[in-house]
Amino acid sequence: MREHGSRVLWAPALALVMLAAACSGAGEVGQGADVDLDVAPGVTDDAVVIGTHQPLTGPAAPGYLAVSQGAGAVFDHVNAEGGVNGRRIDYRVEDDGYDPSRTIDVTRQLVIEDEIFAMVGGLGTPTHGGVIDYLNDEGVPDVFPASGALAWNNTEEHPLTYGWQTDYTKEAKIQGEYITENFPGQDVGYLFQNDDVGEDSQAGLDQYLSDEVVAREHYESDIPDLGAQMAELENSGAEVVVCSCIPAFVALGMLEAARIGYEPQWVISSIGGDTATLQALLTEFTEDTDAEGVPADAFLDGAIVTSYMPRVEDEDDEWGRFFVEVYEEYGHGGPPTNTHMFGMTQAVMFAQVLKSAGRDLTRQSLVDALETQEWRGPGHTPFSSSEGDHGGHQGVYVVRYQSGGAIEMVQEARVTDREGGPVEEVDFERLSPEDLPFHD
Amino acid sequence: MPLPVRHLLLAALGLAAVAGLLFVTGDLTALRVAAVGYTMLAVAGLQLLVGGSGQVSLGHGAFMMIGAYTMALLVLHQPSLPLAANLGVIVAVSVVAGVAVGAATARLHGPYLAGATLILAVGLPGLAHRYHQLLGGSNGLNIRTAGAPPFLDGLVTTSEWRALVVWTTVVLGLAALATISAGRLGRRMRAVRDDETAAAMAGVPVGATKVAAFVIASAAGGLAGGLQAYVLGTVTPGSFTLVLSLTLLAALVLGGIGSLWGALWASIAIVYLDVWATDLARAADLGRDVENNLPVVFFGVVLILVLRFWPLGVHGALRDLGARLRVAGSGTSS
Amino acid sequence: MNYFVTLTLNGLASGAAYAALALSLVIIYQATRLVNFAQPALALLSVYTAYTVTQLTGSYWLGFAAALTAGLLVGAFVERVIVRPIARTSQLNAIIVTLGLLLVVQGGVGMVWGNEQHGLRYAFSYVGRFAPSDVFALVSVGVAALLLFALYRFTPLGLRMRAAAFHPEAARLNGVRVGLMLTAGWGIASLIGALAGMLAGPPFLSPNVFDVVFVFGITAAVVGGLDNPFGAVIGGLLIGLGKSYVSGFLGPELATLAALVIVVAVLSVRPDGILSRPTARKV
Repeated sequence: MREHGSRVLWAPALALVMLAAACSGAGEVGQGADVDLDVAPGVTDDAVVIGTHQPLTGPAAPGYLAVSQGAGAVFDHVNAEGGVNGRRIDYRVEDDGYDPSRTIDVTRQLVIEDEIFAMVGGLGTPTHGGVIDYLNDEGVPDVFPASGALAWNNTEEHPLTYGWQTDYTKEAKIQGEYITENFPGQDVGYLFQNDDVGEDSQAGLDQYLSDEVVAREHYESDIPDLGAQMAELENSGAEVVVCSCIPAFVALGMLEAARIGYEPQWVISSIGGDTATLQALLTEFTEDTDAEGVPADAFLDGAIVTSYMPRVEDEDDEWGRFFVEVYEEYGHGGPPTNTHMFGMTQAVMFAQVLKSAGRDLTRQSLVDALETQEWRGPGHTPFSSSEGDHGGHQGVYVVRYQSGGAIEMVQEARVTDREGGPVEEVDFERLSPEDLPFHD
Repeated sequence: MPLPVRHLLLAALGLAAVAGLLFVTGDLTALRVAAVGYTMLAVAGLQLLVGGSGQVSLGHGAFMMIGAYTMALLVLHQPSLPLAANLGVIVAVSVVAGVAVGAATARLHGPYLAGATLILAVGLPGLAHRYHQLLGGSNGLNIRTAGAPPFLDGLVTTSEWRALVVWTTVVLGLAALATISAGRLGRRMRAVRDDETAAAMAGVPVGATKVAAFVIASAAGGLAGGLQAYVLGTVTPGSFTLVLSLTLLAALVLGGIGSLWGALWASIAIVYLDVWATDLARAADLGRDVENNLPVVFFGVVLILVLRFWPLGVHGALRDLGARLRVAGSGTSS
Repeated sequence: MNYFVTLTLNGLASGAAYAALALSLVIIYQATRLVNFAQPALALLSVYTAYTVTQLTGSYWLGFAAALTAGLLVGAFVERVIVRPIARTSQLNAIIVTLGLLLVVQGGVGMVWGNEQHGLRYAFSYVGRFAPSDVFALVSVGVAALLLFALYRFTPLGLRMRAAAFHPEAARLNGVRVGLMLTAGWGIASLIGALAGMLAGPPFLSPNVFDVVFVFGITAAVVGGLDNPFGAVIGGLLIGLGKSYVSGFLGPELATLAALVIVVAVLSVRPDGILSRPTARKV
């Protein structure tokens, strides 16, 4: 071993240096250096590379797989029209299985190996929450994370992160107001996912319904069972159930309610309000049981859904029709759902920003384009990405689902803030797909 | 040369090799090299438990989770504590957890132990949801830790620094595990593994030895989890699923259960097979559903094939190969 | 009180599915001394087969039959082709191979059927506090346990299977085709696993649908005792009830912790499960 002696000596020495260095507090972090945005990684003459992390496999995949499929279809459409400012959009989707530790790995891979220009629509609160510091530190624009967490709108700490989804509190406030106006005096029960979805939603609902609420039931997204919760909601006498749930649990809740003969008025948040997906699921479920006289979407009939995007059922909506056409041409598999719409709306809005950032593209010009953008759709509500407010969609509209697949607009878009401010009507005109510049 | 010294020298060599590797690669590799490091420490602890004492645990991820949350809580609530102290606290906490689990399961054997540890791995994340004020619920805890010290600015990046810190801890941990395994406790564990009754008759305290194995495995797993939290900066229940625990055990057998080299191959497999399979799937231009699911299937197929043809895992296969080459070499020279 | 009854009935219904999966684990353990981690994956394959057949023919019961048939065949195939060559080398390796199989099948199902959710109906109407579908679950599991008990206790086939598992050499000398018996054991187990899948799968299928069921199933098998089919049933119902009460009274986030508490409590008193035979214990 002697001949190795000199060579290996420096390693323990290094270890000692490290231990000495490690004597400063592990949690004492200095200020990060300012990031340089006058760069354009991933941008070539004819292409721009963007990336996202999505759950393509694992327990969360069934609900969210469609988001990146929808976005991919829009980018294919944009590229077929000639791209944006002469550049093709190269959309790289990495699977993180909804496991935050994998999100970190694939995000670094996207930033370092794929050299993405921007992160677009990274999906999930726990997953994206783990990379938001990294993206901001590295100067990667973090555009439109796909979740309604309040954390995305914090321009002090995360100046490069631009929220997109109507946050859970704003949405819940408008739900609360709608319920007090349209179902006055009725007892209300909450059913919510036991994470920030539930917490932030209750914060909004309670501003309007604290006297009416008779039950607060939660579920864990990894335990698909609502037996106890629905029994308790029925027990409490709740006539209106506000479901801040993902689609699988909306469907489960409806089946469980039908099982025990409980017929509340459902009010469903946008995250669970993909009625197209729900209807398809329930149709398969009731296959071969029509003899019992239960049409597939009888469960859904009359359900109130809040929304901010175009909806796939909405025959009168130009954007809805446009997205269905785009998906038929560029998508894969069955008809698009509202979860596809989610990704498609995001994709159009990103392409629009890219368009207005101009041919001379840098991360700074993208950020400038975001902060000065005048948003005119495809979403139904005003949208904020200005300096100091990266809140994304500002409110929701309300629809009622009718058995057979039609929806009826019962309240036009209203907006509010995430604090105690009022819910207000807005006058918001959208541009049509032909008039909105988002490709060449 | 006394065994501990030799292990420390080997550890130093290993660290030098990692430092060299980091020197020629970039930030992404640094992250993955760090991941190989802490995964290896976890697998090595499991190796001592399964290969050494014969107790098959499906709940190793639980110990990693305990270590990771301890690290996150320390950084959040005691930011002035140095990292070395944090790691020390993590070892202490893990030892307590190991004693508790080891004592509760010491009478169990075979599938009963497996079942009990499995439900431990699945049940423990429930605490993060239950005490979400403290532990952050499903969104977990996000921490920021200090990067490279100022005087190394420009020499190493933060990611490289973290990888070095991880590997310094890992090689020290591995040296300790190797020393334990070669010492009296290791011999006692193997005696218990081979035949509990005979071991008891030979004067080995069977129950205490089994608990000791759990304590050591827990300490290694906790340390690994703590290092993971340090590198990734985020700790969520969604990272410590049953899949993690099962993967650790499967990879251990895949790598080879009899040697620390097996733990290295195991951790490389855990970190890189997924990456390679993803690249493979992209290159092959398959259908969407096939492409998405290929990495999972790939890992399973590799696992089955390796065990089918090399029952002693990758390390066993390499040793065979080495022996054969040596035989062939001596054959031609004679 | 009413709430308590509801929780009890819910617990029994979900417990039936855990019991069925536990039963299939017990059979394989009895036949080959292995814990088969691939069991939920084989059940998954069976249930997706049922889904496709139901979609194509419009008949649930054809799908049901297809699921059981698929379970039987796949189980036998897996034992013969994949597990047996490896089981010869070491027991741990054989267990790990079933883990590998779990990954392959779970991913494979995603490849073929996609990772989206699909709907599958219950065998009977699910409407009512203790619905016909719940009754069917409990009855079918009870009948399966009885049949298995009778098979092992009273039939020559069962005797041969037990002999092949416990004393393979002696059995071989007595003319028992040991290999065939092992294959039969896996086939029967996977058939019961398919039944478990048909009970636990609805209403909505996805490649990960059995993750939770499997955890509670293996817990049930361990709690009940791996040597006794009735142990699996008792374990399954116990876990189902415990999970339901804890979810209902304390909160659903504690459901898995409740299972942990049950396992620790039961095994600290009876390390080989509730219905273990002390003589069967090997030190």
